[in-house]
Amino acid sequence: MMAPFSHILILACLLFLMGAACAVARRNLIMILVGVEVMLNAAALAFVAASLRWQHLDGQAFVIFIFTVAAAEVAVGLALIVHAQRHTGSVMADDYSQLKG
Amino acid sequence: MTLAGIIFYVLGIIILAATTLAITRRNPMHAIVYLVVSFFGMAPLFYLLGAPLLALLEIIIYAGAIMVLFIFIVMMLRIEATPRSQSRWFRQWFPAVGLSAISGLVMIVLIWQEPSQQAVLPLAMAGPREFGLFVFRRYWFAVEIASLLLLVALVGAFYLGRKGADPEGKS
Repeated sequence: MMAPFSHILILACLLFLMGAACAVARRNLIMILVGVEVMLNAAALAFVAASLRWQHLDGQAFVIFIFTVAAAEVAVGLALIVHAQRHTGSVMADDYSQLKG
Repeated sequence: MTLAGIIFYVLGIIILAATTLAITRRNPMHAIVYLVVSFFGMAPLFYLLGAPLLALLEIIIYAGAIMVLFIFIVMMLRIEATPRSQSRWFRQWFPAVGLSAISGLVMIVLIWQEPSQQAVLPLAMAGPREFGLFVFRRYWFAVEIASLLLLVALVGAFYLGRKGADPEGKS
């Protein structure tokens, strides 16, 4: 016997909103990516809890694909940050004010 | 309350505290280390929810690979802590925290008032063997697409990060 399903959903919901607030409020590009990671992890937690609640393995299978998407997104995102830092010399989102490539 | 229940609430408090610290640090390196703590708390939670393979993958992929990638980039670019600025701080955080507090309140009320969600979860475990068989029988096509996505991400990261790229962007 474990906690009620609603408590796990509330934990996932709080984590997701923390990640969303981080991605919206921070100006450092690294911290924006960190916020996206927290959001993906919260979604994974909700999937695993639902998989236990309805005794289906589909929820756990989807978490594998969430992990894949997170890894791919971080690889491309960090490469973009390195690229942008080489162009402008900064990782702050406020400093990217030029349209010229 | 049973032992599993107590472990769940302790882990939940650890995860929430570590994530709160992670998203508020001004130094990205500190934030990433707190995030690793949060992921290490999430892994036993996955185990408790009956997914031992996912608990291991959480540590290997998230805490091991992705966070080390973040640390590499922070060290490579020599990113300093964000300078403290009072007016900006308020302007940045007030809308974000306000909007997430409102949507969080709505979500919690919606989850709470649904009586069918109050069912206490049983303890069950899906072993790695049956889970792997399930994924490769039922979702074999999605596994192929995921591998293609990783290949595309690899090529994209290599293209964006290559050394010979013209700094003027004329290449």
